[in-house]
Amino acid sequence: MKVVIIKYNAGNIMSVDYALQRLGIEAEVTGEKEKIRSADKVIFPGVGEASTTMHYLKKEGLDKLIVSLKQPVLGICLGMQLMCKHSEEGNTACLGIFDENVKLFVPRRGEENITKVPHMGWNSLHSYKSKLFDDLNDGDYVYFVHSFYAAAGIDTIAVSDYILPFSAALNKNNFYATQFHPEKSGPVGAQILKNFIEKC
Amino acid sequence: MLAKRIIPCLDVRNGMTVKGVNFVNIQEVGDAVELGAEYARQGADELVFLDITASHEGRKTFVELVKRIARNLNIPFTVGGGISELKDIEALLSAGADKVSINSAAIKKPDLIDQIAKNFGSQFVVVAIDAKEENNKWTAYINGGRIPTDKELFSWAKEAEQRGAGEILFTSMNHDGTKNGFACEALARMSESLSIPVIASGGAGTMEHFAEVFSKGKADAGLAASIFHYKEISVPQLKEYLRNKGVSVRI
Repeated sequence: MKVVIIKYNAGNIMSVDYALQRLGIEAEVTGEKEKIRSADKVIFPGVGEASTTMHYLKKEGLDKLIVSLKQPVLGICLGMQLMCKHSEEGNTACLGIFDENVKLFVPRRGEENITKVPHMGWNSLHSYKSKLFDDLNDGDYVYFVHSFYAAAGIDTIAVSDYILPFSAALNKNNFYATQFHPEKSGPVGAQILKNFIEKC
Repeated sequence: MLAKRIIPCLDVRNGMTVKGVNFVNIQEVGDAVELGAEYARQGADELVFLDITASHEGRKTFVELVKRIARNLNIPFTVGGGISELKDIEALLSAGADKVSINSAAIKKPDLIDQIAKNFGSQFVVVAIDAKEENNKWTAYINGGRIPTDKELFSWAKEAEQRGAGEILFTSMNHDGTKNGFACEALARMSESLSIPVIASGGAGTMEHFAEVFSKGKADAGLAASIFHYKEISVPQLKEYLRNKGVSVRI
């Protein structure tokens, strides 16, 4: 099986490769369109800023390529947000694979708790609706780092709660995406990556 | 529910983990990569690696170490120590670091915070502040706690947030190395005045101190070094204790 991690001007790319290596999966990190197009599985990772990254994807023609892919694609974090319709981060028109709009979390101050933004750290998952989450338990923790979120909607396949219930993961046709970082989420995250490679 | 984070901190010199007491008396305690991976297995939520090597050569070694850490670690980690240039930061990011913490450089060149946030996103920037309370005033220090600055702790933390910091790592120099508990009052004040997470550092000695730092200190994460390195408290034991105290933790 040929697994490709899309290389672009975002962070966190090596981390995904390392996580796959720990599972014994060889992946190629590349920005070459032909290699991406012919891969069996494509991972679209990302840490960064939405408008800068979209600008880069367009300049490289990767935007059109990603939406045209037919094989299973897994977007991670910013990758997921860019697969949505629009992001409030830099008021950015995104790829439009998922119908959701990406919004900024508004911090909340209660008597007892102050809800911070970014949503950073380990939070629990629930309401699984995909084989991406096979062998996971309700309430398993994964690692999030984000200030923007996609609300829970028709494509949501896992939910997490922070200020409000939001999409921890999305799926539409061959496109999968997680808001959290499976590559940084310990054994739970490793299982999710394994499921994507073996079952999706 | 978002869990409170337990973060072991590893001071690194030439690939080995070291821990100073009150910023002096450095002792080596173990290989940074092995120690990091062991903490991850035990359930640490995140790790911080601080490079205390000052030389240029040491800096290159550190980038290599960061690559090794990234290969072996399945939890997030922050790297820091002497980072002052955007190109150093880019090297650490491509080596696999999840976040960088900047301290002295942020005070000397506050615009660096804006630049990192703009280029890599706010979540990538941790602004570390070493501060000391004297005559009821908290002052930020630079150069490993050696030089006082004209920055007042709380206003500096606010400025860092406004410039795009994703988190504040606050070390109380009055408490660091004492094992008498965290600076809960100052931490609570900081946490309430900011919208970004606050990592508490300095003073952890017992499990109760962690329970306090999350309740009284309103911290989002608790960081410690020696109590973990010298196995005075283990991460699983600490998390079990916190869960029984009603603190939300990942077990």
